[in-house]
Amino acid sequence: MKSGGSRWAFAKRWETILVLILLAICIINSMASPYFLNPHNLFDSTQSFSEKALIVLSMTLVIIGRDIDLSVAANVALCSTAMGWLALHGLSTSSLLVASILVGTVAGMFNGFVITWFKVPAIVVTIGTLSLFRGIAYIVLGDHAFTSYPANFWELGQGYLFGMIPYEFLVFLGFAVIFYVLLHRTIIGRNLFAYGNNPDAALYSGIQVNAYRFWFFTLNGAMCGLAAAFLTSRIGATRPNMALGWDMETIAMVVLGGVSIMGGSGTMLGVLLSVFVMGMLTFGLGLVNIPGIMMTVVVGCLLIGAIASPILVKKFADWKRERVGI
Amino acid sequence: MNKFHFNRDAILGFIVASLLVLIALRAPVFLSAGSLDTLVTDGALLGMMAVAQMLPILTGGIDLSMPANMAFTGMATALLSKAHPTMPVLLTVAIALGIGLVLGAFNGAFIAYLGIPPIVVTLGTMSIFRGAVFILSRGAWVNAQDFGKPYLAFPMGRLLGLTHIAWISALIIAAAYVFLNHMKKGRDLYALGGNPSAAKYVGINSTHNKMLVYVITGLASGLCGYLWVARYAIAYTEIAMGFELQTIAACVIGGVSITGGRGTIPGVLLGAAFLVIIFNALPIINVSPFWQMAISGAVVLAAVILNSRSERSQGKVILEPNRVPAAKVAL
Repeated sequence: MKSGGSRWAFAKRWETILVLILLAICIINSMASPYFLNPHNLFDSTQSFSEKALIVLSMTLVIIGRDIDLSVAANVALCSTAMGWLALHGLSTSSLLVASILVGTVAGMFNGFVITWFKVPAIVVTIGTLSLFRGIAYIVLGDHAFTSYPANFWELGQGYLFGMIPYEFLVFLGFAVIFYVLLHRTIIGRNLFAYGNNPDAALYSGIQVNAYRFWFFTLNGAMCGLAAAFLTSRIGATRPNMALGWDMETIAMVVLGGVSIMGGSGTMLGVLLSVFVMGMLTFGLGLVNIPGIMMTVVVGCLLIGAIASPILVKKFADWKRERVGI
Repeated sequence: MNKFHFNRDAILGFIVASLLVLIALRAPVFLSAGSLDTLVTDGALLGMMAVAQMLPILTGGIDLSMPANMAFTGMATALLSKAHPTMPVLLTVAIALGIGLVLGAFNGAFIAYLGIPPIVVTLGTMSIFRGAVFILSRGAWVNAQDFGKPYLAFPMGRLLGLTHIAWISALIIAAAYVFLNHMKKGRDLYALGGNPSAAKYVGINSTHNKMLVYVITGLASGLCGYLWVARYAIAYTEIAMGFELQTIAACVIGGVSITGGRGTIPGVLLGAAFLVIIFNALPIINVSPFWQMAISGAVVLAAVILNSRSERSQGKVILEPNRVPAAKVAL
């Protein structure tokens, strides 16, 4: 996608395209519903994607490093189950938050350990842990739900700063800055791009590829724990089937943000924009009463379309050049 | 190392057999005719789909959209049967195969012709197909009394004591065995997954073969979609949800290498048998069915770790060392 030098290079950047898509969605939304441009509604709508977006940030690092984590949704369910169980035993809100992040971190570590120690592909390991994590939630809960939490627990996911900006959204913005710096301004980020592009070359130039992969899976788990705390607090209950489909949605957001699924390239800015594109799209579809399952169809189409369109454009360009050549 | 792989199916067979014996000792009712009949019919569906899943995995891919394809085909045929109760079975099967083929070709086009990773494409189509079921049915269920008689009667009909589902599955698995072991196209798939660049140089067309693979999984899903809906006499949006994990689990337990190029049909069938026996035994030995998911996850992880040991340090030796003249080795 990069074609530096030309005056139009800016217009060809994926981020620019995303900004245009975002603007288009906002314009269409505000025409379709008079409630869209209300600031209260807009800030409220960030709640529906802030939790997912937290995982998207760390998933970006995992995917740039040529890996994938299909177990994030199950990890969220596992963390939430742990919180619900601990809440029954009288833990306070702050210790529940810590516990959730701890459980997520350990689960992420387990992924990272099996993947790097036994040298097996991330996809099959996380398919296994997907069943295992959610399976544990099912064993603990069966067809029941945890619904008793401390009195002030709801504030985590439903509290507002100045009565308007959800805490979740602020936390997400804070982490977005941290992840931006981590990926684009530190040696950790440079090394990640290096091994994402060519793991062998990176290894031979002294980057401890497996250590990085292990810690990025661990980080991804920790973010799942954080997201689980917010989600549980927002909906006020733990069910074993919660966050179903989040693995696909988070991966779709990362890929839509211009991160190559083959690893090695992508920007945090693009991922942030795609988070907002998806968030505003969901919000708009909700405003015009389109059912949730239709949203998964849209996400599926976006996922395939976002990857297929640059390839199609390139194929078409090659085909045209060939014709002119002949 | 090779010896371990050669014996792998035998070891797995032994494990499956001892599992059966252990469960039967604990609860003899497990070996009753009715229980075994359910076991065979469940196993036939999982076995057929696991063998289908094996093909994309052999080529280094994966198909996560198979259960969503099943749900769509199942719902489409169910609605047709509701509208035309007398629709003959052959026509139903043909329609099911046709829909399955189209959905599979959709996957194949993106994977084979555009070169998009199979995991991404099928992750996307998994939710697109599932959403399409909802659009098609408007969220409504098709219940037992809504179906036409022939639709429900055929799959559960019996021949020599076994359900038609079991016979169809056996036929398809036998065909797959011949295809993979005795036909050039089948061997090409192993070559393609084992070493893609070598396969390219010996003239194996990866585009056509990948397309073929996803068309086959589509066809199998279409057929199974009909059989599944007819077996349980109900069609709804979430049918067979999560079944892709079981098919992948059966392959991994059966020793199919997830990176492609390795795996046998007997192994996959033993993997499927292992899972079906455990799942069907749980309620009999008084374990909550909610344990199913965690057990299959744990078993997949265990199998993956075991496989990784047997797969390490393979694929380096090109010629038998003792057949190469010493002078050339020194080169």
